[in-house]
Amino acid sequence: MSKPESELHDPGTTTREREHDNVEPPLGWNGRTLQEMLDESEELLEETGRYRGLEELELKENDPFKYEQMYSRLRGALVSARETALHVSASPIVREIGELCFQIYTPEGDSVAVSTGIIVHVHTGSLAIKYMIEEDYEHNRGIQPGDVFCNNDNDLGNVHTTDVHTFVPIFYDDELVAWADGVTHEIDIGGMTRGHDQVASTNRHEDGLYATCEKIGEDDKLYQDWRDRGQRGVRTPMYWDLDEKCRLAGCHMIREAIHEMIDEVGVDIFKQFLQEAVEEGRQIMESRVQERMFPGTYREAGFHPIQWEDKAWQPGAQQNMMNHLPIEMTIDADGGMELDMEGATPPGPHPFNCAKGSMEGALWVYLTQSILHDGKVNDGAHYAVDTHYPDGTVVNPQDPELSYHTPWLTIFPTYLAVSRALSNGFFSRGFREEVITGYGEPCDALQGGGKLMDSLADAIPDALGDYWPVGPFDFSCQGLGASACRDGLDYGYAMFNPEADLGDVEEWEQTQWGLIQLARRVKPNTAGHGKYRGGSGWEGLHTVMGSEDVSMYALSIPTVTWSGAGMSGGYPGGTSYSVRAHDTDLARRTVTDEPYPLDDMPHNGRIEDQIDAEEVIRDHDGMFFPEEFENYDLLRYQTSGGPGWGDPLERPVAKVKEDVEEDVFTPDVVEEVYGVVGDFDRDDREFTVDEDATAERRAEIREERAERTQSFDEFFEEEQARVKKGDWNDGVQYMYEGVFETSEEWAQDFREFWDLGDGYSP
Amino acid sequence: MTDLDQSRVESLIDGELSWNELRNEVLPDPKDPDRFEKTREVLQERVDWDDPILVPLNDHLYVVGTDDGRVIRTDCGEDLCDAEENWKRSCQVFVREDEDELEELYEEYMHVSPEWAFELREWYCPECYQLMDVDAVPVGYPVIKPFEPDIDTFYEEWQGRPAPDREGEQAAD
Repeated sequence: MSKPESELHDPGTTTREREHDNVEPPLGWNGRTLQEMLDESEELLEETGRYRGLEELELKENDPFKYEQMYSRLRGALVSARETALHVSASPIVREIGELCFQIYTPEGDSVAVSTGIIVHVHTGSLAIKYMIEEDYEHNRGIQPGDVFCNNDNDLGNVHTTDVHTFVPIFYDDELVAWADGVTHEIDIGGMTRGHDQVASTNRHEDGLYATCEKIGEDDKLYQDWRDRGQRGVRTPMYWDLDEKCRLAGCHMIREAIHEMIDEVGVDIFKQFLQEAVEEGRQIMESRVQERMFPGTYREAGFHPIQWEDKAWQPGAQQNMMNHLPIEMTIDADGGMELDMEGATPPGPHPFNCAKGSMEGALWVYLTQSILHDGKVNDGAHYAVDTHYPDGTVVNPQDPELSYHTPWLTIFPTYLAVSRALSNGFFSRGFREEVITGYGEPCDALQGGGKLMDSLADAIPDALGDYWPVGPFDFSCQGLGASACRDGLDYGYAMFNPEADLGDVEEWEQTQWGLIQLARRVKPNTAGHGKYRGGSGWEGLHTVMGSEDVSMYALSIPTVTWSGAGMSGGYPGGTSYSVRAHDTDLARRTVTDEPYPLDDMPHNGRIEDQIDAEEVIRDHDGMFFPEEFENYDLLRYQTSGGPGWGDPLERPVAKVKEDVEEDVFTPDVVEEVYGVVGDFDRDDREFTVDEDATAERRAEIREERAERTQSFDEFFEEEQARVKKGDWNDGVQYMYEGVFETSEEWAQDFREFWDLGDGYSP
Repeated sequence: MTDLDQSRVESLIDGELSWNELRNEVLPDPKDPDRFEKTREVLQERVDWDDPILVPLNDHLYVVGTDDGRVIRTDCGEDLCDAEENWKRSCQVFVREDEDELEELYEEYMHVSPEWAFELREWYCPECYQLMDVDAVPVGYPVIKPFEPDIDTFYEEWQGRPAPDREGEQAAD
């Protein structure tokens, strides 16, 4: 069957050669403005509870093959754009790890379909498009065929500063029929320090380069001044330039695909399909909740400690803080889900402030992995969930002046809590296989950069320059939490991307010229204890060579406290810590063929015992601010283990034996926690269990439980006394004080729980 | 659609299914619509009482219907409280905060910093000392009840029948 001819789609004309005709507003469907379309959509949703008020999915019901074919084709176009365009990029974050994503939106900004990749952006682009509509770009700034827009302003629709969106409006005849959006994660976005997830910035002005729903090109070409701004505004102009071309190429591929689709099915069917697909997404979400969850109310909380009294650079940030991230999830009789974060702490002088759109995007990335694996992921699902991220809190600051560089450290503990809430529902319905107690938070890796010494700089292509950025995605492989029927996945999960991948060492070494990987090993005792243990984390060791002007830092949670626990008697995984060794004798050891450290074991094999160093910094906090490093200095970091499920005493001895032999746990720890006693032959990697001693130790642990525990009343009395005295550290004080300021409701619940009287405040 | 028979449900509960079995038989969508009832039947057979399990809450904890109303019961038979109450208030508790106590479970540097006021609260059955749950919270944090199931909505509106402890009442109506 031959395709009908179209003026818009001429296979013989490349995108670059196309000449666009201007279109006069109104740009929307059937002679309406985009604002009128948006208003009508919101009104119909409010009135009917259904997207566009659709009572029936006529196209889906009457011609299901065409409908499903269109959805598959659209999704295929998005995935194809992603898989093709990423080769335009040179950054390993995009090309190797795939930290990019493409979406398609309705004219009024509702996402219809999303590619694979960082699908956290299923909703963020929606907010940016709606901002442009609300600000009447249609009449003021102008929206024309061939235009290109850019946004990375978190407050208007983005996750964090280094995610940069390119938007292309898609016209058919004189109507705007859809929007294409491509997002890539930049390896550098300018800002006060090197790195793509900054730790040091405390306000917007330190975050780096921002584009605020900005028109950056027309006639499919980027403006010269915009390109100059990008080139001069980041530390890695070559990567920036190619990432931008990658996003634009992908959006244009999507535009071509949509034109082809409309040529075939007609514009009216295409419009009908877009709207039905969003409504179907809403219906799928509700039905999936009814299939798997139990109606009722679920309550959990996440915590994020920030130990900055002696670390932060700016005076206002030099304090210890803890963010409180409570969730109350309600499942109603219709399968509707409500997520309420009443009681969250206020925003603060740190980069962990999280815009509402970021929280919503993160909700989707998590629901897609937990309840919507095979559904149509789009804004329909968003409309099936009522969310309450209270204004003026760290999860919805409503203040563009703040830093939003690294909101993931707010997102991870929050969705750990959501994970436990969902899992309680799955468990109660008998779906034990769907339970996930949580995950190791994926934020512990090195960042920063340095410059190659002249002698080495000559060896690499001029285009790259002498500066080498450090932004590995080692944090993509954390331990996953246990389920209620099996152990968690070891070192292979990242909450932010369902296709977690840390990439090949060799690929990263093409970028991080001066940072050499010395070792990667399974990190014992990171997995959360339980009948089913959490997945294990791992440990890495780096050194610096052939470089100068090197500074690096690490983000990390869980570190000085946990973010949450396990479930049904399972424990959280081990927290992280940092070790840096400066002015070492590593260079001499490489010449004399002497051993050098491959790992750090706090109780029987510390780095400082394996190498001579003038200074060793060993910190309980895995997070450290940018620090200078010289050649042959050592940096050690680790990823996290997932939480466990169930009472550790119920873990089969055979599994504990495997844990020891695979370095997941050490023999001393399994004797204390699992009551399994044995002898470990490290050379043969065989753990021989002493069955009698094990039976005795397990009985002893049960007796200890009876001896050590106290009644709830005794616990209450002691804890209440501490509450009255404020017997906690300044970080916890920051949390309680902040919550009492932002939420009278939470404050009153707190007073009532501890029987404190109305006058109490922390 | 997944469709587990009773012996497979038992294997799932006992953690005996391999990854391949889970992946091929248990994880695919859509789920077997009667998994709840099949699971409930297996669990009911394993406990020593006749009162109907209404909702399993975790490995050793259930909401159970009794002649005196709905209660939260451990599988050793200990009634902790009425279904509406927070069952943790009826548990024995051990609070780990000191380094020595934390290093029974974790290596040095791999647990909460002693500079922070943060606790592991371990909740035990007061009768058999089965570990029921662990909370990781700052000092002074209220004890949250993690899940309040809406039991009658579930049975009547989602399952289309009265809850097992209300079957007689409905028949009498």
